Amino acid sequence: MKRYSVFAVAREAQRYHSGWERAWRSPEPKKSYDVIIVGAGGHGLATAYYLGKNFGITNVAIIEKGWLGGGNTGRNTTIIRSNYLQDPSAAIYEKARDLYETLSQDLNYNVMFSPRGVIMLAQTHHEVRGYQRTAHANALQGVKTEFIGPEKVKEIVPIINIDGPRYPVLGGLLQKRGGTARHDAVAWGYARACSDMGMDIIQKCEVTGVRRIAGRVVGVETTKGSIDCNKLGIVVAGHSGVLADMAGFRLPIESAALQALVSEPIKPCMDVVVMANTVHGYMSQSDKGEMVIGGGTDSFNNYTQRGSFHHIEETVRALVETFPMISRLKMLRQWGGIVDMTGDRSPIISKTPLENCFINCGWGTGGFKAIPGSGWAMAELMAKGYSPLANEFSVDRFKEGRFIDESVAAGVAH
Amino acid sequence: MLTLQCPYCGVMAEETELSAGGEAHLKRFGPGSTDADFETYMFMRENPKGVHFERWRHANGCGKWFHAARCTVTLEVFGTYTAQTSVPPADLLDKIRAARPGFKWREFE
Repeated sequence: MKRYSVFAVAREAQRYHSGWERAWRSPEPKKSYDVIIVGAGGHGLATAYYLGKNFGITNVAIIEKGWLGGGNTGRNTTIIRSNYLQDPSAAIYEKARDLYETLSQDLNYNVMFSPRGVIMLAQTHHEVRGYQRTAHANALQGVKTEFIGPEKVKEIVPIINIDGPRYPVLGGLLQKRGGTARHDAVAWGYARACSDMGMDIIQKCEVTGVRRIAGRVVGVETTKGSIDCNKLGIVVAGHSGVLADMAGFRLPIESAALQALVSEPIKPCMDVVVMANTVHGYMSQSDKGEMVIGGGTDSFNNYTQRGSFHHIEETVRALVETFPMISRLKMLRQWGGIVDMTGDRSPIISKTPLENCFINCGWGTGGFKAIPGSGWAMAELMAKGYSPLANEFSVDRFKEGRFIDESVAAGVAH
Repeated sequence: MLTLQCPYCGVMAEETELSAGGEAHLKRFGPGSTDADFETYMFMRENPKGVHFERWRHANGCGKWFHAARCTVTLEVFGTYTAQTSVPPADLLDKIRAARPGFKWREFE
C-alpha cells in the first residue's frame, strides 16, 4: 500500500494523478480462512482490523452482501460521544471515542474526526436531574462532561431558542471532545488497512447458510460458493436475526427502520452537535453546510430501509420550536437504515451457543460512535475468548437479569 | 404509510392512528417458571425478514387490541384478526403459505 501524505499529493500532482492505486483489493474468496467476518460495515471492518493489528491474525475474510459501508455505516448522522450513564457503556464508548482521536493517523486515512462538542439539551426538570446525574457518573468513569446552564447553551449555539413555550432549554450536558467524523471514510479507512494486511474483503457476496458440525461452525455457504473457517464473527446489525436463524440460535433483538434527513446547504451557523431527546430530534451541520437531522425509529419491526413518512414531520416539527430558523429550510434528502434493538438498548458482543461463533450486534440507534471500540472488543473476544470491554455485553445478561439499561440515558437519539 | 383494517370497527386505519404492540401470541411465563422460559418470553423475539404476526392497538380509534399478519420487507398486509385467539386463523395461514413459499414463523410453516 502506498501511504497517503503531502509528498504523495505533490508527486501525483506532477503526473496527472495517474499513480493512485485502488484503496483495497477485490479478490475472489479462497477455500478457507482462519476467521470469517460476516458484514463489511464499520464494526465488521474494525473487528478485522484489530484482529490483525492487535493479535496478528490476518488470514481473514470479510464477507459483505452489498458494498462495504453501504448499510448503517453510510446511513447514520455521524455523531460521536461517550456520555453514557452505566459503567460498561461509558467504558466501551469512551474507548471508541479515544480511538477516534488518532484514527486518521493509525489508518493513514483522513476520517475527518471533528471534536466539535456535543450538547444534550435538558428541556424538562426531569432531564435536568437526569443529565446532572450522568455528569456525576461520567466524572467517576473518567469521561469528561459537564452540565451547563441555559445561557451557556445559548452562547455556544446562537441559533437556539431557549425560551420555547412547551420545552424551554433548562440546561445541557456538554461533552467537548464529542463530535462527528466522516462515516464513509471510517469504513474506507479500515477497509484499506485490512486489505493492506492481506485480508480479503469480498463484496456482493451474500451468506446463505452457516455450516455446523457438533456445535461448531465449519464454514459458510455464500453466493460465491462454500468457504471454510475456524472462527466466525457475525457483525451484521439489522440482519443479525437473519444470520442467527441460519446459525440456529435466537437473539433478543428486533429490527426496525431509523431515519435521518439533511437540509439544503447553508452558511455555517452551528458548530456543535445538539441533541434534543425530549422532542426526539438531533441536529448538526455538515462540512458541506447541510443541517443533518436524525429522528425517530419506527415502532414496528421492518426491514424497509426507508421508514415511515410521518416520522420526518414529527422530527422537524419538534425541532422547529427549539431552532426556529430551520422552519425556512428545505429538506433535500431522507434515508433510513435498519437498526437492531435490544431490550435494554445496549449492544451484544458475545459468544454464542456455537463454540467458535461470535456475534456483535444490538447497537440499535447508536452504533457509529462505537465502531473502533466495538471492533477492539470483538477482536479481543474472538482472539482470546475473553475481553474486559465486551464482558458485560454478553447475551447471557438477559437470562441473568443484569441489564445495562441505557434506554433512559441514551434515549432515542444517539 | 402502513394501513391496517381494525377487525372490530372495520376502519381502515393508518399508522398514526395505531400503536404497535410487538410480537403476537407470546406464551407467558410467570413466577416459578425456569430462567430459560422466562428469558424466552421476556426477550427472545422472532424478528423475521418476511411475514410477521404482531399485536396492534387501534389507539386513536375504537381503542381495541387486535392482531395483524404483515410482511416486514414489503409492508404487505395479509390480514388482521381479533385478539381473542392464541394462534393465527387457519385460512390466513393458508393464504400466507400460498403467497410465500417457504414461509416459517415459530412453529408454523
